[in-house]
Amino acid sequence: MGELKLMKGNEALAEAIIRAGTDGYFGYPITPQSEVLEYLMANKPWEKTGMVVLQAESEVASINMLYGGGGTGKKVVTSSSSPGISLMQEGLSYIAGAEIPILIINVVRGGPGLGDIQPSQSDYFQATKGGGHGDYRLIVLAPSSVQEMADFVPVAYDLAFKYRNPVMILSDGAIGQMMEKVEFFEPIPRLTDEEVKARYPWATNGKPKNGERRILTSLDLDPQRLEDHNHHLQEKYREITEKEVRFEKLECDDADYVLVAYGTSARVSLKAMKLLREKGHKVGLLRPITLWPFPTKEIQNMVDRGVKGFLSVEMSAGQMVEDIRLAVNGKVKVEYYGRLGGMIHSPEEVVDALEHKIIGG
Amino acid sequence: MTLKDIIKPENLVYQKTKLMTDKPLSYCPGCGHGTTHRLIMEVIEELGKENVTVGVAPVGCSVLAYEFMNVDMQEAAHGRAPALATAIKRLWPDNVVFTYQGDGDLAAIGTAETIHACNRGEQIVIIFINNGIYGMTGGQMAPTTLEGMKTSTSPYGRDLSLMGHPLKITELVAQLPGTYYVTRQAVHTPSAVRKAKRAIKKAFQNQIDKAPGLSFVEVVSNCNSGWKMTPVDANNWMEENMFPFYPIGDIKVDGQLVK
Repeated sequence: MGELKLMKGNEALAEAIIRAGTDGYFGYPITPQSEVLEYLMANKPWEKTGMVVLQAESEVASINMLYGGGGTGKKVVTSSSSPGISLMQEGLSYIAGAEIPILIINVVRGGPGLGDIQPSQSDYFQATKGGGHGDYRLIVLAPSSVQEMADFVPVAYDLAFKYRNPVMILSDGAIGQMMEKVEFFEPIPRLTDEEVKARYPWATNGKPKNGERRILTSLDLDPQRLEDHNHHLQEKYREITEKEVRFEKLECDDADYVLVAYGTSARVSLKAMKLLREKGHKVGLLRPITLWPFPTKEIQNMVDRGVKGFLSVEMSAGQMVEDIRLAVNGKVKVEYYGRLGGMIHSPEEVVDALEHKIIGG
Repeated sequence: MTLKDIIKPENLVYQKTKLMTDKPLSYCPGCGHGTTHRLIMEVIEELGKENVTVGVAPVGCSVLAYEFMNVDMQEAAHGRAPALATAIKRLWPDNVVFTYQGDGDLAAIGTAETIHACNRGEQIVIIFINNGIYGMTGGQMAPTTLEGMKTSTSPYGRDLSLMGHPLKITELVAQLPGTYYVTRQAVHTPSAVRKAKRAIKKAFQNQIDKAPGLSFVEVVSNCNSGWKMTPVDANNWMEENMFPFYPIGDIKVDGQLVK
């Protein structure tokens, strides 16, 4: 077992960014995730690993720095919170269109608009349904602990480069700000320029001698070719949907009812599940780790196995519940319980919701 | 001397740079984009940097620049090229990185990216084509549209009280300590082309020499389609109207204001 540290979620994320062999962080401060940039600046990774850290003039600039940097085949990341992520949607659409691997972290706060700085999950639609213009998807990973804030960084990079697709870590203000123990993975060395060129022949870092120039663009004025490109993207998304679904199941094997929750909601739901079990209800917890691709098949399997109802527990106004309903397809009851605007539900509220909306409803 | 003598290799004095592709340019006849493209590519070739150069061209008439420039290129969103170029250069400091931007791109939607890349002193080259109009989208008013100039969105002429003033963004960035070389050129005559080429070469040489700051080359250009003039009339109009407001010449050299 490695060294255990007590850290804030945002700090663990920043440390993981350095250890994951990141070449460049480009970001802009916004609460509740400013500790990421603060940690990076304080730790001077440019002296240790050569990693570039730059405070951009805006979120618009930082996502476009990722577009440029990711386009050269380097590992690049930004972090922000909800209003900042909204500003990045233009860039994300271009990055998805041009198939550039990047990592983007959203430590969600309450919205809409300026909202507040409390934890929320109200960016679920934006994260999982595309967010910007055009038909595209992000791979979305949802940590529910400080440990996962660290662990998901190298996983996200692997997925980004495997599929040449932007990957989002969708956290929230509670996990970003809470302190927990965390054990770090061994540092992954940054690739050398030669390794980058050998591994990523598509990247624009100076055309090879005796080779063709590389072009990265999301433009194709010929609608037939653009349709072909879209079909290629959709094929890639289908492959991701088949191969990359991740989730955690707790006490689901004998469950009559299943709570579905991610991130901070999952932590609360875990306690609620225990309380419900103590009251004699057979309740399990399904925690999606990838929000896109969503564990649709697992939910279908649960229905086939005899689960009688699902409760989506979210800090949003019933966003994830739509994906559960699509999976269940009307066969059993699916309800939603959540708090809004940066409020976190108590386990007792979840217990009450399951008893009244699902069991007694 | 017969034609056969003339085309003998020993008589060759000039040819198309191999860094321009063979694809026919999509620009309107008489437009300055083609000439400026060629100058940049000639300079890259002469400096021997074709295998380390990365260009960024965003939205506008030059959106297809990557079709013509035979180097690695990325196409950016409207106005964001300096942000892409910033990261490319920071992550590959030995690469030669340039952006190629029009006036709507650089001086309107991308003003923040322009100002901040200049102010940070990014070691990149920005080539700025200023024709005072939005060419690609059909001739709407640009930030650099002159007072009184008619466009499709200023059909009675740019009225300063309604539409604000034409923006001299090049003079503005010259004031920033992060810019090292700022110049305004044109490509409408052979002598202007030669001067513009010297300026572009100086800009790229600054980057290769790791000069402390950004090199910014404005090219005042025509848009005969948008201005609704013949190419010859457009060039004459440019000399009479654009050059007095956007005077040709160096503004900042080696980090010192000269104008």
